[in-house]
Amino acid sequence: MAGCTSRCRQGVLKFMQSLRRLVFGTLSKDKIDDELEMTMVCHRPEGLEQLEAQTNFTKRELQVLYRGFKNECPSGVVNEETFKHIYAQFFPHGDASTYAHYLFNAFDSTKNGSIKFEDFVMGLSLLLRGSTREKLEWTFHLYDINRDGYISREEMTEIVRAIYDMMGKYTYPALKGDVPKQHVDAFFQKMDKNKDGVVTLDEFVLACQEDETMMRSMQLFENVI
Amino acid sequence: MASGVAAWLPFARAAAIGWMPVANCPMPIAPRDHSKRKDELIILNVSGRRFQTWRTTLERYPDTLLGSSEKEFFYNEEAKEYFFDRDPDAFRSVLNFYRTGKLHYPRYECISAYDEELAFFGIIPEIIGDCCYEEYKDRKRENAERLMDDQEENKDAKLPNMTFRETMWRAFENPHTSTMALVFYYVTGFFIAISVITNVVETVPCGYKSQKDVPCGERYTVAFFCMDTACVMIFTVEYLLRLFAAPSRYRFMRSVMSIIDVVAILPYYIGLVMTDNEDVSGAFVTLRVFRVFRIFKFSRHSQGLRILGYTLKSCASELGFLLFSLTMAIIIFATVMFYAEKGSSSSKFTSIPASFWYTIVTMTTLGYGDMVPKTIAGKIFGSICSLSGVLVIALPVPVIVSNFSRIYHQNQRADKRRAQKKARLARIRIAKKGSTTAYLQTKRNGLLNELLDLTASEVEQQHLNKTSSLLESQHHHLLHCLEKTTGHEFVDEQLFEQNCLEGALQPYRSHSRTPSASSQDGPTGTCCSRRSKRGSTPVPNASQPHMLTHTLPQSPGLQELSAINIQCAEQQLHGSSRSNLNMQTNEVDRRNTRQQQQQVTTAIISVQTPSTGSSASDEDHDHGLGLPSVVTTASSNVIKVSAL
Repeated sequence: MAGCTSRCRQGVLKFMQSLRRLVFGTLSKDKIDDELEMTMVCHRPEGLEQLEAQTNFTKRELQVLYRGFKNECPSGVVNEETFKHIYAQFFPHGDASTYAHYLFNAFDSTKNGSIKFEDFVMGLSLLLRGSTREKLEWTFHLYDINRDGYISREEMTEIVRAIYDMMGKYTYPALKGDVPKQHVDAFFQKMDKNKDGVVTLDEFVLACQEDETMMRSMQLFENVI
Repeated sequence: MASGVAAWLPFARAAAIGWMPVANCPMPIAPRDHSKRKDELIILNVSGRRFQTWRTTLERYPDTLLGSSEKEFFYNEEAKEYFFDRDPDAFRSVLNFYRTGKLHYPRYECISAYDEELAFFGIIPEIIGDCCYEEYKDRKRENAERLMDDQEENKDAKLPNMTFRETMWRAFENPHTSTMALVFYYVTGFFIAISVITNVVETVPCGYKSQKDVPCGERYTVAFFCMDTACVMIFTVEYLLRLFAAPSRYRFMRSVMSIIDVVAILPYYIGLVMTDNEDVSGAFVTLRVFRVFRIFKFSRHSQGLRILGYTLKSCASELGFLLFSLTMAIIIFATVMFYAEKGSSSSKFTSIPASFWYTIVTMTTLGYGDMVPKTIAGKIFGSICSLSGVLVIALPVPVIVSNFSRIYHQNQRADKRRAQKKARLARIRIAKKGSTTAYLQTKRNGLLNELLDLTASEVEQQHLNKTSSLLESQHHHLLHCLEKTTGHEFVDEQLFEQNCLEGALQPYRSHSRTPSASSQDGPTGTCCSRRSKRGSTPVPNASQPHMLTHTLPQSPGLQELSAINIQCAEQQLHGSSRSNLNMQTNEVDRRNTRQQQQQVTTAIISVQTPSTGSSASDEDHDHGLGLPSVVTTASSNVIKVSAL
């Protein structure tokens, strides 16, 4: 009985409201656009000395790097879209967005969707001035998409597919069949020592250090800056 | 490559380390920065105003004046600066382009002066940023039109080789071209007017005949008939002439104007054919209505009518919506009025469709008064009907009117922009293709350079290295690494298509290759096995390494269709090549040289013995038979080392 009364009251209230709306109209005042533009976040890196201490670059090199970085991203942070756009400029033949996505995740150590200059420079320091072990660890983290410490076949297939996407369509010899899969099979054959279907960091480092060609290729990029 | 992101190239190259573990083949050597210049400030003195910037900023765009060595022509030794005798205000935009990668067009600048500055500094206007591009294009078009007005007298000059038919068509479409056309234009216009007036006057009552008002048409039958005949004659002749002169007769016959023409003159002929039968004369009279369509023939003479028709067509959806909402309201109110007035006697609202008339007349506030409600309910609903009519009609109409003008202007501008966009995109695509083909071209030349690196003197090496900037060579090295990682090469579209075609023929040809090469298959990556296959075709010897480019005689073994196709595609050769024999030999040579150099490169990277130089020269001295064995060792070295 009580429920009936309350329902009746609600009904009457609703009716009164709709009548009021009918008479006075339903125009609501314009909501103030309080969308605070979050994109104007500005970030300044730590001091030059601190960065010099933390990385293996000289002051001069850091200056050159920062100038280039700031030119492209005046706000001081790179978000994923900008990053993909920049990376795609270097590979006009194909689609570099997937690989750029994985690269972005590899550089974004704080996982907040943007790369600050410090992250950028730390990553570069590892890649260019780090020891072989550090480089290999970085590469392992790049391949290990879900950061569980193992490179599974699926993760590797995705990475290899992303690399092949960058080649585009017009290649010689033409990409027929599942070329990435064959590539991944070859990779696992080489890397997966105990044949358990996943590659751990130690297996990876060991296998790479055995490979003379690869070691030599890694030294190739010393003089990039 | 957008050189605006040149600063990120070191990063992209560093990130290439991520490809190393996956790579099938060894990586190429990185280009060396021979002149390791430290980044220095350079001073640009433009008519006294000094601008300063980093050297690397300018070098981002090596195909412009400031980015290339062309600026050395303007170098002032005493003051250690570059002096340009140009406008410093315009130079600001030019320099900002280097800094930000975006070219802006300042509004205060004169368009032709700006164009001259851009041309001087070697910057193409197409890269003006989106923010300023439309303004730039508008100003440019205005300017062009202004200049064109001066030349318009020559525009209508008769082209000497136009056929009679084309002349006639042009005369029809554009009456101002010749006096005859103008005369024809006015004559037809006059006759259209006469015809319309005759149709109107035909029905005016004039005079009496047997106590009955008789329209003029029946009184002066012969006169009107003669008039009608004359008009129809003229119209028929005109239509036939247009049909004859039209470039595409089928398209002309489908066009609206020609349909109007036909509809205008058909009733006359049908009337001629039909006899004076009682049954059909009623239908014949109806046909006469179509004569009024002659008035539409005026639209050829009036630009305004055409525009009106076009805007109506483009506002069709708004008009449609108006009609739909009106129909809804009419039906609602007619139903209500019908049921409201059902009770009253002698009511004119006999049915709902009958009430439609009342509703329409009331809603459009016409109020003829031939149907009025008598009951109170009817009057109430009638007043609601008229009020809502005002609202329903008054509200959309201004929207439609403003839509007219907006859509009209928008259509004009959209067409313009669409035309610009297509051309613009085409140009950007060409530039982009240029950057992708730049890599392919450099690859071909680069292999040449690598060979010469080993053997040529320092001077020649410097000279050849200067042809591409350091940035470009680094970028190309990056792309080369990607090729090596995946074991596939970049090719351009035509090559790709040819390869696809050739791919069908491939299985039949592979059997003819030497077995030694095919035994290398399996563990070796695709790149290496392909190269060894190629190497198995007999390659003639050469006397000295650096003469490779131009002393190889024709090789008979290379008559395969695929090879020749690919050779034909590789036509573009730079002046840096030192061979000057005819093209045919060169193509063959390049193919051989390329294969050899690929093998040479492979050998160098994987073997890394101190006898590299000698092994290369040894290889060159080898006969064709010897080559597969060298290839064998090279490939087997690769197998050993990479253990894939």
